[in-house]
Amino acid sequence: MTLGLGRTHAVALTGLEGTLVDVEAHIGSGLPSFTVGGLPDTACAQAPDRVRAAAATVGVPVPPHRVTVNLSPASVPKRGSAFDLGIAVAVLAAAGVLPRSLVEGVVHLGELSLDGRLRGVRGVLPAVLAAARRGARHVVVPGENVAEAQLVQEVTVHGAGSLAEVVQWYRAAADVAALPVAPRAGAPAPVGSPGLDLADVVGQPEARAALELAATGAHHLLMTGPPGVGKTMLAERLVTVLPPLSRQEALEVHAVRSLVAPVGEVTALERTPPFVAPHHSTSAAALAGGGSGAVLPGSVSRAHRGVLFLDEAPEFRSAVLQTLRQPLESGEVVIARARQVVRYPARFLLVLAANPCPCGMGFGKGVECTCQPREIRAYTGRLAGPLLDRVDLRVHVPPVRRAAFGAETGEPSAVVAQRVLAARGAQAERWAAGGWGVNGLVPGHVLRRAPYRLPPAVTLAVDRALDAGRITLRGYDRVLRVAWSSADLAGRVAPTREDVAAGLALRRAEGVAA
Amino acid sequence: MTTPTGAGPAAPRAALGRYGEELAARYLRERGLEVLERNWRCEHGEVDIVARDGECLVICEVKTRRGTAFGEPVEAVTAAKALRLRRLAAAYARRHPQAGQGLRVDVVGVLCRPGEPARVRHVAGVGS
Repeated sequence: MTLGLGRTHAVALTGLEGTLVDVEAHIGSGLPSFTVGGLPDTACAQAPDRVRAAAATVGVPVPPHRVTVNLSPASVPKRGSAFDLGIAVAVLAAAGVLPRSLVEGVVHLGELSLDGRLRGVRGVLPAVLAAARRGARHVVVPGENVAEAQLVQEVTVHGAGSLAEVVQWYRAAADVAALPVAPRAGAPAPVGSPGLDLADVVGQPEARAALELAATGAHHLLMTGPPGVGKTMLAERLVTVLPPLSRQEALEVHAVRSLVAPVGEVTALERTPPFVAPHHSTSAAALAGGGSGAVLPGSVSRAHRGVLFLDEAPEFRSAVLQTLRQPLESGEVVIARARQVVRYPARFLLVLAANPCPCGMGFGKGVECTCQPREIRAYTGRLAGPLLDRVDLRVHVPPVRRAAFGAETGEPSAVVAQRVLAARGAQAERWAAGGWGVNGLVPGHVLRRAPYRLPPAVTLAVDRALDAGRITLRGYDRVLRVAWSSADLAGRVAPTREDVAAGLALRRAEGVAA
Repeated sequence: MTTPTGAGPAAPRAALGRYGEELAARYLRERGLEVLERNWRCEHGEVDIVARDGECLVICEVKTRRGTAFGEPVEAVTAAKALRLRRLAAAYARRHPQAGQGLRVDVVGVLCRPGEPARVRHVAGVGS
């Protein structure tokens, strides 16, 4: 009997959110046709052509009857070619070629080529994560995506090279447990990116201290200084002193990467936080996420749990910089479209770098600077305002003197990372009740009230600055946060006068921006 | 494709078509349909078989093939051809108002592989 109903599963992605999709195939009497319903996009609606060719090539042709495939729930848009395998399996089950009860509980992902080979697709990691959350236990993926799918521990991954292989499995297997399991692919990637170390940086003790504080309390950082003093070098090494990602965090990072990286590149969980440095000509959509059709994650989401470095920050278009405000505040970006709302995580550490003036020579006495005062005002003004208000640490990076070469090399990343890790532990313990985790995320009112209110003798300097109107209340809170990080780094229970003074100094070192 | 033009390379093909139509008509009669007309022509084209299924008027297109190298016989009826059949059906119904109550377009595929008995596949109610 060739007429019938077949059913299996696939996953539709909206951003990182996956919906388990029922792929239902019905073969009825009528002129031969093959249609896919349930809100497919162009690529998905072309699946019948690929499935028909692939099935014929591997010797199990789609029956010449009316074949109707429905992807349910029909309200969720289905994008891309990852539904090919699910559609093929459902249709072949409906045709009685594959055992219907066997394929029902399995999730199928992958694009079919016309000769029946299975091609890798993007977004396998978030798709398998979603399937696992919805209770799926068996996933069939293309060989290229096996390592990626295996990052999810709760499911059994079956890697197939072609439709023929899948057909053969199902015909031979008595139940799902008998499907061949893909061998574990690849060893976990080593922690730490090779080649980068804080010891490479010559001199710059203030900038190093600021970097350490930034890593400790997850404080955003602005570095100003002339070209060629090592701002980029410092920023690149920030990820080497950040604590390595936990398994859960690494999964979040790689889920985003799976959507944008070339197919098959996500193979192991790297525990080093990501470092993303968009060029200053970037568009708002490239930074925050967007695009026509499928909404792709932007730089802020690729930098999730890591560092977002904006070199030449004043050169970014103002509208582009303003898109950073929402993720800085809430740790995620929400991209709203008429038909859908897509959320991507974006909890990153922002590092801004700027020249002191447009020509870059306005440091020290500034004798070589050729900029007009008006130009300098316009340049520094671009960074001011709400964005800079969220940056706790502002440090000036001066040119390096020759004397610094001879001096002993700076501390290596491993030593600094150790201190940062210990300080993070202290913060996690202290803020556990509030769920903030790091000093940089603690609300200001918590720091200003008991039990975290500091004695007046300690906060004298910052109290005076507030009274004199040199800093705002928000600035006051930020000084306190940095003071707590400074105390955590030194292993003190509470900040001292020196910690507060350090926080205030790093707040006021504003080469750029008023 | 089904226009017979005397001798030449098309002759065996036309003969195959006529053979297929003969088989199809016999098949429909066995199924209890009453064949009213064969090869009815108008300005829109030709209807292979006009039959009546109870009260329903059936406009039937017959497709005959020797093999499936180019697909099943019924696959030859594309969306455009189905549309042409609908026009033909409407034209026939207009000229024969007393012919029946309902109107249906069917396709009969006849597969005559050399050395095998012919296989008939009847698809009722095309494109509705």
